[in-house]
Amino acid sequence: MANKTTDVFICGVGGQGILLASEILSDVALAKGLDIKKSEVHGMAQRGGSVVSHVRFGEAIHSPVIAEGEADILASFEKMEALRWIQFVKPGGKVIVNSQEIVPSGMETYPPAIDRKISERVPDTMFIDALKLAKEAGHLRAVNIVMLGAFSHFLEFTEDEWKTAIKARVPKKTIEINLRAFELGRAAVSG
Amino acid sequence: MRVLLSGNEAVARGCYEHGVKVATAYPGTPSTEILENVVKYKDDVYSQWSPNEKVAFEVAMGASFGGVRTLVAMKHVGLNVAADPLMTSTSVGGDGGFVIVTADDPGMHSSQNEQDNRYYAKFAKIPLVEPSDSQEVLDFLGTAYEISEQFGTPVLFRLTTRLSHAKTPVELGERTEVAQKEYVKDTSSRVVIPAHARRLHVKVEKRLEAIREYAETSPLNRVIEGDPKVGVISSGISYQYARDALPEATFLKLGLSYPFPVELARKFCERFETVYVVEENEPFIEEFLRYAGITNIIGREKIPACGELNQRIVRDSISGEDTAGEKTPVPPRPPVLCPGCPHRSTFYTLNRLKIGSTSDIGCYTLGVMPPLEGIDTCICMGASIGNSLGMEKAIGKEFAKKMVAVIGDSTFVHSGMTGLADVAYNKGATTVIVVDNSITAMTGHQDHAGTGTTLMGESTTKLDYIKLAESVGVKDARRVNAFDMEAVKTAIKEATDNDEATLLVMEGPCALQVRGQWGPALVVDSENCTACGLCLRLGCPAISKDEDGKATINPLFCVGEFCSMCAQVCPVDCIAVPDKS
Repeated sequence: MANKTTDVFICGVGGQGILLASEILSDVALAKGLDIKKSEVHGMAQRGGSVVSHVRFGEAIHSPVIAEGEADILASFEKMEALRWIQFVKPGGKVIVNSQEIVPSGMETYPPAIDRKISERVPDTMFIDALKLAKEAGHLRAVNIVMLGAFSHFLEFTEDEWKTAIKARVPKKTIEINLRAFELGRAAVSG
Repeated sequence: MRVLLSGNEAVARGCYEHGVKVATAYPGTPSTEILENVVKYKDDVYSQWSPNEKVAFEVAMGASFGGVRTLVAMKHVGLNVAADPLMTSTSVGGDGGFVIVTADDPGMHSSQNEQDNRYYAKFAKIPLVEPSDSQEVLDFLGTAYEISEQFGTPVLFRLTTRLSHAKTPVELGERTEVAQKEYVKDTSSRVVIPAHARRLHVKVEKRLEAIREYAETSPLNRVIEGDPKVGVISSGISYQYARDALPEATFLKLGLSYPFPVELARKFCERFETVYVVEENEPFIEEFLRYAGITNIIGREKIPACGELNQRIVRDSISGEDTAGEKTPVPPRPPVLCPGCPHRSTFYTLNRLKIGSTSDIGCYTLGVMPPLEGIDTCICMGASIGNSLGMEKAIGKEFAKKMVAVIGDSTFVHSGMTGLADVAYNKGATTVIVVDNSITAMTGHQDHAGTGTTLMGESTTKLDYIKLAESVGVKDARRVNAFDMEAVKTAIKEATDNDEATLLVMEGPCALQVRGQWGPALVVDSENCTACGLCLRLGCPAISKDEDGKATINPLFCVGEFCSMCAQVCPVDCIAVPDKS
């Protein structure tokens, strides 16, 4: 039963566009006629706090949340956040991390050796510089779509299906930037 | 059409499809988006924000008296505020169908407690409907109205955070209009003088028994056949966790869990040696089973009482294993007051003047975090003012110089006005500070009686805090520009130095609402910065230290001259807008 469900755990910092990315993933799965549940928490978390979104899809989904040790993919839009939620990755699961560092409020410097600690926990971890790729695509705020592009490579939907969903969700004048961001993210992990 | 809707969106859609005509609420996470989505159907459904849940409840009840289907929505603790009308509305009963939505918050993602509002159904003797996903929210809401109208009772409709905020597929339908019932004066049912109320109580008890019989065969309560050896009883979101944890088991899924269908449950339990009762937080179902003498059950003894469940917790609780996996310690990333937040000046100033505060529910509760650390107490909506007055009465008038009440504009409208009247009436010296960003910010920017706009987008009258204060007898009431650090300091000093009640209204818009006013980030002239650290004490996420201990401003976060609190507190004037530095 479990092998019919795909669990994607998306995390980062409030304001990084995590919810839009999980919205697009959900749209793609829904358009495929799959059962899909997506869960996140509103409120306090948006004030610069840690934000997570759970997306589960497959033939029949019950719980709307991913439990510890279940995520097929953990996509973290910020480096330290990957480590905060790493116990949600299943054995043999994959981690994709934006190497961007956002110092939590109240701290003066970023903690060291985060990369190493992530890779020790999950050997199959890929780091990408999504901020740089977003800039290359045309806007720093496209980090979320770069990350979407990156994890999309490991899901069974076609590039067209992704692009249709992106076009339907993002503001019209940003479509080009976002499609470019998607392609750059996808290319960054498919080498 | 099949679309993804959150549970809250599905309630709104349900209002539309099931012919609801009036919907009311006061915003509160996780319930807020219900009314925000009902307003999308404003051609068919009238909706409004009320000042608090009690008033919202009473308006909805009045609409039910008026003969239309009506809904009131609130977060779990909101029902405490509305508990007074709730407890008596249940005996007068609905005319137009009346549904009360409670959105509970297991895990306290955005709440001060984890109360399980299913007990309110039992307490108030009204039916409890518990959906498990957005499709059920939409469908069960229709059934809830049918129950309400068939039995003449309000219905409690319970969501939890993971239902309210999870999106799941929903098949949309059309709106069915429900004919309005003509209003007929009926004092024997609607005027609860003791002579009437005694008769009504008997009616409620009979009604409850009738609904219990209905619940025994209601399609909302159903058995999902599976392994004949493993039985599970569950409801709401807990059912989903249990289905994942025990995918092969046979389930009794309760969607109408009160009045408890005891014979259905008894027959189910007789089929198994042991039945697991899976419930988040309180053992609500389990208590009915045990009261009925059904003992072959395992519930609270294994399933934890604190926090949210998930499938892993349910599985581990039953198996006795621990598969949570190890956490790697990571520095916390708590929410903080945003860059450009007008509340910052109040807490910074209180901190510098060594004045504490009794505070309240809203974004400004984040003023408790270091380095601001400006809050001594925070209990419930409106408690700040009474708490301050009480401390003053216990410790003495001088104490009011060292303790002020800090409350947001929306919270003041919700529950602060009566507190202010109390301060004036009982001759308190309390300083009440309304941090007025002219919106209900924490829940995502909803209008209220102090903003001049209704939920349906019409302009309206605007509550005047100063005139209100004067009319209850607070002689010293003034507005202060929250972005003027000197003015804030002067006002707080004067207000706390005097022996009279004072109201300060710290005015400044929520930074997230005026993005158009954001300018280029301020910069630090690091040559002149003395690394004194005063600007860091503002606790602004945009300001940090460089390797020399000097201040540095993150241009991605700073909102610019619009705020410039840091520039004002800098003793050597080394923070400025770029072109002036």
